[in-house]
Amino acid sequence: MKLTKLLASTLVGVSLLAGATVANAGEITVVSWGGAYTKSQVEAYHKPWMAATGNVIKSEDYNGGVAEIKAQVEAGNVSWDIVDVELSDAIRACDEGLLETIDASTLPAGADGTSAQDDFIEGTLHDCAVASIVWSTIFAYDKEKFPDAGPTTMADFFNVAKFPGKRGLRKGAKVNLEFALIADGVLAKDVYEVLATPEGVDRAFKKLDTIKGDVVWWEAGAQPPQLLADGEVSMTTAYNGRIFNAVAGEGKAFEIVWDGQVWDLDLWVIPKGTKNKELAMEFLKFSTATEQLAAQASYISYGPARKSSSSLVGKYHNKDIDMGPEMPTNPDNLKNAVQNNFNFWADNADQLNERFNAWLAG
Amino acid sequence: MRISIHFREPNHMTSTTLDQKDISDASADALIMVDGVPLKQKLAETTKKQRSRALLLTVPLVLFLVISFVIPIGQMLFRSVHNPAGSNVLPNFAIAIQDWDGKGYPSEAMFELFVKDMQNARKKREIGKTVGNLATRMNYTIPGTRSLFTSTSRKLSKVTEGPYKEALFKIDKKWENKVIWRNLKRVSRDYTIAFYLAALDHKFDDDGDIIAADKLYQIYVSNFFKTLKLSAIITFLCLLIAFPVSYLLSILPLRTSNLLMILVLLPFWTSLLVRTTAWIAILQTQGILNNILVSIGLVSDDGRIQMIYNQTGTIIAMVHILLPFMILPLFSVMKTIPPSYMRAARSMGATPFTAYRRVYFPLTLPGIAAGTLLVFILAIGYYITPALVGGEDGLLISNLIAYHIKSSLNWSLGAALGTILLVTVLVLYWVYNKLVGIDKLSFG
Amino acid sequence: MNLKKHHIAFIIACALVLLITGRISVLIGFFALFGTPLFFMKELPPFASTLDRIWQYTFLTICTFIFVFLITPILIIIPLSFNVEPYFTFTEGMMSFDPAAYSLRWYQDIFHNGMTNPDAEGSAWYSDMWNNAQWVRAMRNSFFIAFFATILATSLGTLAALGLSRPEMPYRGLITGLLISPMIVPLVITATGMFFFYSDIGLAKTFPGVILAHTTLGIPFVIITVTATLSGFDQSLIRASQGMGANGWTTFRKVIMPLILPGMISGALFAFITSMDEVVAVIFLADVDQRTIPRQMFSGIREQISPTILAVATILVAISIVLLSVLEILRRRSERMRGLAPS
Repeated sequence: MKLTKLLASTLVGVSLLAGATVANAGEITVVSWGGAYTKSQVEAYHKPWMAATGNVIKSEDYNGGVAEIKAQVEAGNVSWDIVDVELSDAIRACDEGLLETIDASTLPAGADGTSAQDDFIEGTLHDCAVASIVWSTIFAYDKEKFPDAGPTTMADFFNVAKFPGKRGLRKGAKVNLEFALIADGVLAKDVYEVLATPEGVDRAFKKLDTIKGDVVWWEAGAQPPQLLADGEVSMTTAYNGRIFNAVAGEGKAFEIVWDGQVWDLDLWVIPKGTKNKELAMEFLKFSTATEQLAAQASYISYGPARKSSSSLVGKYHNKDIDMGPEMPTNPDNLKNAVQNNFNFWADNADQLNERFNAWLAG
Repeated sequence: MRISIHFREPNHMTSTTLDQKDISDASADALIMVDGVPLKQKLAETTKKQRSRALLLTVPLVLFLVISFVIPIGQMLFRSVHNPAGSNVLPNFAIAIQDWDGKGYPSEAMFELFVKDMQNARKKREIGKTVGNLATRMNYTIPGTRSLFTSTSRKLSKVTEGPYKEALFKIDKKWENKVIWRNLKRVSRDYTIAFYLAALDHKFDDDGDIIAADKLYQIYVSNFFKTLKLSAIITFLCLLIAFPVSYLLSILPLRTSNLLMILVLLPFWTSLLVRTTAWIAILQTQGILNNILVSIGLVSDDGRIQMIYNQTGTIIAMVHILLPFMILPLFSVMKTIPPSYMRAARSMGATPFTAYRRVYFPLTLPGIAAGTLLVFILAIGYYITPALVGGEDGLLISNLIAYHIKSSLNWSLGAALGTILLVTVLVLYWVYNKLVGIDKLSFG
Repeated sequence: MNLKKHHIAFIIACALVLLITGRISVLIGFFALFGTPLFFMKELPPFASTLDRIWQYTFLTICTFIFVFLITPILIIIPLSFNVEPYFTFTEGMMSFDPAAYSLRWYQDIFHNGMTNPDAEGSAWYSDMWNNAQWVRAMRNSFFIAFFATILATSLGTLAALGLSRPEMPYRGLITGLLISPMIVPLVITATGMFFFYSDIGLAKTFPGVILAHTTLGIPFVIITVTATLSGFDQSLIRASQGMGANGWTTFRKVIMPLILPGMISGALFAFITSMDEVVAVIFLADVDQRTIPRQMFSGIREQISPTILAVATILVAISIVLLSVLEILRRRSERMRGLAPS
């Protein structure tokens, strides 16, 4: 492959001449989910960090998954320095050796002096990942479509007769199967137990069958508020922060229903072999400190992963809205809630997505 | 862009070679050149030199394409049969297990190698050779086993001495399942047809026999047929629409046909994404067409028609996008059919329909063949338009391939599906070449 | 928004809205505009029967519908891009030609989107726009990539086409088949293969990687156009030139080049437009740094479809029209030079 190497290096030379890809010292690429969520990170993490250190952050959007990380790491050509991922993806990527390990003891202590290991909520620190927020998949509806009495339970979401209109759902098995079971009367705490049996999976798909013809499927987090706003659906599942921002930021008349919410973590991970590991680690420590996590919560309604941040969470950054009740972790919102079981999905995602795709096409 | 098919015989191209051949055949060997070399030999040398000079001109591009195109695709397709996760993660065990006859449990020595290899893999954490890689691979074979491997590997660090079989069984009872070991043996081989089976909705059962996959999980064969069906519909619609237009263009005076040609060429030169965006604007439920239908009272405001994000949307947008590929070859063939043929047929008493069916239509067949094959080949591998306007039931096989490469990360399955698609396309390409001749295709 | 901009938008859009709206009368006008010329183009012979006439008019009507189908989607986005509302439909205001219903805000958004301070004045605004505006960056990337891909594809392709059209070329069918195949092989397969291979050799996520990919995809078009030009090429001209003592380079420069230049340019235009329009390889191979216009449009359509996309689309349509005109002029010139009757 001498020839290809030669070809590669000449071409790299060409692009350098053109001044297209000159890497500055002190620049990292931070990858996240885009839209309102990335905006909150830019305000709470990126801008203060750039101001404090003089480094530059290049922000990139993606739609989740470990495909890109895997491709970059296995090719030994890592251009993403730090990535915001879901828990199940963090675990899988860590197991496959795609991530740098992170020693939790090096993280800064909380503002009140508690060590990082004690300050972070249980289950938010992992071998290769540090959580920043707790987020949730909920369903929301357009109040104008249901002026009298809106839906209040997950069962209502699946009841097209009582609450007419199209439904928005994320394209994929994850979360939809949980929602279906809850709507079918399974208690939130028993969801994964039921889903672990073949009968449980059948039951979930059977419930999904009842609304299949009325579903508009979405893939990116920015889509559900758009679907509601355009009147394409009357209710949709969504990430709670996106709906909150459409309400608080753009004055939309959307209402979140917390019944049956499935909450999950978003974590920072550092792909193995990045040239900017030190800087990425520095940014990770900075952004998961007490103040930054609390600041982030004033831009979008995702709960901070540190206990010490909770007391600092106040109002929405430019409006008189208390953020506390909007958090997925607010006790009122947790009455019938499921924590996403990453082990279940690590084991069953391949198979259930296959079945989901077959179900969708059939 | 303008495609036309030239059916002239390229006489001028072969004329020189023919001359030389004639001379060498006709003349005796006795003809000797000034430098003492026989003419025949001299001619052969010159021809050879000319041949290699012509070949030399194409060498840079051929090399370029081999490196930038052929090797990458070949390497990708290789993944469909080559998946060395087993031997990468468990190098010693992978060799030893092949001696096991599949009855009972593997020997204690094999268990020992398994434990040692697992511990090693966890300690080294080498990219592509971690327990996680094996777990992922095994999870394709036996869904639900990923966590068995990852959690066991965490607990194995405490196991320092035998008996290893008991130690494993103590960590997790699932290891007592012999099916896992039989599958491990199969996964330990670097080459497998398992992904082709999966791509054809089949799998190995617990005894290693090939069986059909559960009905609820079958998706690929039906999707492949759907792709063929949609491509056929799109091709047919293209032909139906292109035929009258091409005919009109071919009979009109040059000036007007050139003007009208712009209406065909402008879409062709307009970005694919622009055209797809336009169709979304027209067809969506709150879009222009639905608004028109509502305003003239054909449908009610609640009864807006779903025309996009389904098969209908894919078909409409793709017909529009591929139509020029049908019109242009048809037009270039029809242009060469002298109108006097039809007049002759009519004057000999044929009805317009008979004249058309017996004289005109057969003459257009080369154009029909060229356009149909081209549109069908392009439709079968389409990705962008179905991804944007296809919704769920409008997705084609290309979209499934992209899904496995970009999202599910089952690269081997993606490659297997890709191979099947590529072979189909290449067969059609070969047919095209035989029927039409690829060097007869021209734009401009 | 000042009055001047209003007027420009209003004038451009009004004409098109007149053509493309929900009103039936206007719709009929639209069909008439495309259809009427057709009906006068072909005079029927005096002996034509009534049946012939009916058939003729039905046929022309069908053709009119097809032309409308072909061209409407492209025209329809132009007035929509001047909509003051963030909708994809004609608003009441647009239909009644209210100037306030039209604006250039989406064109402004092309520049503003991504800028750190869109309200700055003077040179600060320009450098901010040049460096930070997402669409402007995408446009720069698109042109940069297309430029180099076009040069590579045209030079390599022309050279190979010269070889392919020589009478003594061995394995012609096989090699032509190979060189055309990037057009035939499904893009997903090409892009996936390149994604893995280019990652291995460090070319993924770089400009050279994307340029190589686009060169590959543009080559078939160059081969086809240049070989077509060469098909009418009289090989004895080369021998004549050599007979008069010209060496290979002089022959190429003085004899071959002027004759195949139109073919080369239209091949280059094809390669250019292919690169400008390509999105699958970019999805697989490019990083945020190499984001091109189609890539930006793709994620826009998938996630948040805003009229800014329509404004960009309108600009792209204008570019297509320019390129198409260039090509048309070249085609005519080429036919004249080769002494062929105009087709």
